[in-house]
Amino acid sequence: MSPRAATHLVAGLLLLAYPLVASPFFVFQIGAYSLILGTIALSLMILAGYGGMVSLAQMMVAGVAGYLVAILGTNESGLLGFGWPWWLYVPVAVLIASVVASLIGLLAVRSAGIYMIMITLAVATAFFYFARQNYAVLNGFNGFHGVVPPHAFGIAWRRPIPFYYLCLAVAAAFYAAALYGERSTFGLALQAVRDNPRRMRALGFNVPALRVFAFFLAGVIAATAGVLLVWFNSQISPGTISVAAAIDTLVIAVVGGIRRPAGPYFGALLFAVLQNFAIDLIDPERFNTVIGIVFLAVVLLSPDGLLGLFARLRNAVPTRSFAEPEPARPAGAVPQRSRI
Amino acid sequence: MLTKRRTVMAAALAAACLAQPARAEDVIKMGGLATLEGAFTVLGQDGLRGMKLALQEVNYTVAGKKIVVTYGSSDATPDSAVKAARKLVEQDGDQILIGPLSGSEGIAIKDYAKTQPNVTFLNGSSAAQDTTLYSPAPNFFRFSTDGVQWMAGLGEYVYKVKGYHTVATVAEDYSFPYSQVEGFMLPFCKLGGHVTAKFWVPIGNKDYSSVIAALPDDVDAVYVALGGADAINFLTQYQQSGGKAHLIGGSITVDQTVLGSKGTIRNAVIGTPAAGPTADTWDDPRWKAFTAEYRKAFPDGFPVPSLFAHAYYVNTKAALLALAKVNGDLSDGGKKYREVLSTLSFDTPTGPVKLDHNRNGIADIFVTEVTEGKGGVLLNKVIKVVDNVNQTLGEPEAEFLKIGHPSRDNPSCK
Amino acid sequence: MRHPVTVVAAALAAAILLWMFLAVWPAWLVALLGPKKVFVITIFNGITLAGLYFLVASGFTLVFGLMRNVNLAHGSLYLFGAYVGYDVATASGSWLLAVAAGFLAAAVIGVLMQILIFRRMEGDELRQTLVTIGISIVAADLMLWFWTGTTYQFTVPSWLDGAVSTPIITAVRHDGRAVFMMYPLYRLAVLVAAVAIGIALYVFLNRTRVGMMIRAGVDDRGMLAATGVNVHLVFAAVFGVGAGLAGLAGVIGGTALSVAPGEDVRYLLASLVVVIVGGMGSITGAAVGALLVGLAEQIGLAYFPTYGVVLTFIIMVAVLAVRPQGLIVRAA
Repeated sequence: MSPRAATHLVAGLLLLAYPLVASPFFVFQIGAYSLILGTIALSLMILAGYGGMVSLAQMMVAGVAGYLVAILGTNESGLLGFGWPWWLYVPVAVLIASVVASLIGLLAVRSAGIYMIMITLAVATAFFYFARQNYAVLNGFNGFHGVVPPHAFGIAWRRPIPFYYLCLAVAAAFYAAALYGERSTFGLALQAVRDNPRRMRALGFNVPALRVFAFFLAGVIAATAGVLLVWFNSQISPGTISVAAAIDTLVIAVVGGIRRPAGPYFGALLFAVLQNFAIDLIDPERFNTVIGIVFLAVVLLSPDGLLGLFARLRNAVPTRSFAEPEPARPAGAVPQRSRI
Repeated sequence: MLTKRRTVMAAALAAACLAQPARAEDVIKMGGLATLEGAFTVLGQDGLRGMKLALQEVNYTVAGKKIVVTYGSSDATPDSAVKAARKLVEQDGDQILIGPLSGSEGIAIKDYAKTQPNVTFLNGSSAAQDTTLYSPAPNFFRFSTDGVQWMAGLGEYVYKVKGYHTVATVAEDYSFPYSQVEGFMLPFCKLGGHVTAKFWVPIGNKDYSSVIAALPDDVDAVYVALGGADAINFLTQYQQSGGKAHLIGGSITVDQTVLGSKGTIRNAVIGTPAAGPTADTWDDPRWKAFTAEYRKAFPDGFPVPSLFAHAYYVNTKAALLALAKVNGDLSDGGKKYREVLSTLSFDTPTGPVKLDHNRNGIADIFVTEVTEGKGGVLLNKVIKVVDNVNQTLGEPEAEFLKIGHPSRDNPSCK
Repeated sequence: MRHPVTVVAAALAAAILLWMFLAVWPAWLVALLGPKKVFVITIFNGITLAGLYFLVASGFTLVFGLMRNVNLAHGSLYLFGAYVGYDVATASGSWLLAVAAGFLAAAVIGVLMQILIFRRMEGDELRQTLVTIGISIVAADLMLWFWTGTTYQFTVPSWLDGAVSTPIITAVRHDGRAVFMMYPLYRLAVLVAAVAIGIALYVFLNRTRVGMMIRAGVDDRGMLAATGVNVHLVFAAVFGVGAGLAGLAGVIGGTALSVAPGEDVRYLLASLVVVIVGGMGSITGAAVGALLVGLAEQIGLAYFPTYGVVLTFIIMVAVLAVRPQGLIVRAA
């Protein structure tokens, strides 16, 4: 068994066993929440890490799916709520949100670097304001409340442990897909486009189409996580998809490590722990300083986020020679133009 | 500090997840939830001052049991409020939760309360009508009043005494101002008043000059329901642009967070009538004692407690009084405690309060006017006290429900 | 004349606009657009607000132009300059001193940021950007701690206070006398300040030796260093000026409107939109962007408040979809 497979096996077993030792709070609010946030950030990691396209609209895509769940399924806000069964509204919500993601991609793929970050941020902000102002369909400032996971296959999915396993299954599936995708024909083509779009064009690839398709696939991931997110919160409001939330997604992906699929999950775990417990570490009125400083420290110390930090620690211990030799790549390893 | 250290350890051991705080029998755990981040930070801080004041009065002890308090923060979004509440209830093991601060948060916490039947929730200062009027939670109590109630008496006062018969409104475009405008309009329109134009501006807007230009010239007064920095900007810009109409304020338009700002607000607001659950200069001994106590405990607070400090204080006070009545016994999941709470009536710094069948407060409301106090401090002077305002403003509930949810266009009387 | 049609259309639009400003509106136009006063004041507001936005965004675009550094802590510098300026104004009683203090305070922080942090990660823009997010989170919290969440308003100095009469007739009274539009002097002063600073920046970049070095640095950093110029000094200076402009704008904006927590994010977003729409790194672009955003915001607020806030971002999306590099692209 390769060391990499061994690591995955151990990690998988730990994640499966986690609810046996953790309190319901830790299972739900730390465990499930990290998995959901991590999956949304994973969709960004795929675009940024494989495709060199940093999109701040991934939280918006999740939000679109979340709103659709509230509208097509049931809610307690007294607006819309068509009452469709879950096996219908979930795929429809994911599909529509993914199409929205491809449309954003269509707008964004012509630009690159900081311009792409900004055009996606603009789309996300426009949707945030639209959601806040529109009462006819999106119920404005209040959004929808009372949106809960269904009772299916005899299991109440709202309970912490079933919900955790649901999130784990979704996260694991997308994580595996990301790992597989990295070596698939499409994944390789996408990475080649990241590194040298001109050569890929010369070789006859349809570069914009490849990029838009990447947006669609990342959209499927973000949208599915968005369905889980609305169930987790049991509500959705413009606050869920605010500018701050969009930037949090980027922060999570970068702090964890934006080059590999495991990174976003580490970032999300750190984020969830800090969000819940920073307030206990220090004066209740000053905890944002702690969050900011931790974030600054990770970005300043390691160009490759937490994963890079781990790798360096591992390499510092000589006995652990089985560790894969993956030192943090120097900052310039990926061509600048494509990364930002 | 014991809990604090324990939770720090919990954070450190998060991966190992050994954190299930032991529940000692001689300790009562209470949570305080307010906005300590984002635009409403100042309000949240003052809310918690009110909560701490009530706890200090009993020295954090009821019936020989120590009350251990943990605090949570939200950024005024419902998501963050529920997350913070979940942490306080499920991780810190709080049996009583006081909060949240704002309307949409209140609705979300009420929903969350339904999933935690053994925990007792008391409102902070959130004032959305929906929280208690529609599908209330059996374990959510609001001894403070809602945004519609807060306007009681104002419409009548400006129509009859001030003689304002046509009014334009400028308000932030979300649920709390909708209910404030409704509370103002219902009696005002009934008397024959007209609201000829409504301007709904996005929250956080600072440059109102174009809105001011668009205000109709032929109204007697402009009713303004904005909060914090938004209100300050509107009021000063209105004055600077030479606005002629009189001003009428919502409950947080001319409160201490606005009146206490540093700068040029003074000339713009003196004489502005408003209404709300508190009045700065009420010369009732109960209110005076409360204000003195607040000043003493929090020299860095406002000159007088804001309505947020008041609401958190009243709800915390209710929680403590009921706790004393059940002798600090929550061993039955708080069932008896909640029975006591729902029939509790007591004297607050602003007069008596009791609950209706939805567990929403029935209390006195103050019609006020901004005036200059000692040392140039701006204060709200009491004009009138409206006794026992209930959630339907005295209308039969069935009639009141027919009006429907307040919105941009509801109610209307052009 | 490559586009005769465009030129004719633009001239026609300008003529119509001029007529709308000067003429007394006929009844059908009032029926269509509401009172003339509202329209004219809204346009004035949009243009003066654009002045403020330009002041904030010019520093942002200057730094980006040279260093490719997207400084997301630019809003924090704005807020910091405003707070320091307020304290100086209260202590000294001089508003002009407050403007100077706002500039200096933010400039010092900017230089420190460049020397202590950005120099260590030159060429890694994504990381630089993320570091600035971290800085802005910490800075916002520390400023909230120090200056509390209270709202501050500067007193407008008496020589800029009050309203002036403009030569624009908004209505004609029954007795035939014309009503001229009054407009706050301070807002006009903001516009004048913005135009002056814009021209100064333009001259500085295009007519001075340092400006030449900066432009050279934009085009080829390595080559500039090779000619013996101390690039780090130039970078620190530019960062200082850019940050200082944010601080200066803080005092000027705080006088026009107010200073409170959250303004940092608001002006950061505004600067981003302005600069992105205009074209990053271009002073002219920032001016065009500011004008577009300021007008969109005020027209939206006055004429369709419900979706007015969305308008700004729709414009941004539309511009970027058609011109991915913004309206004004620097000739490479």
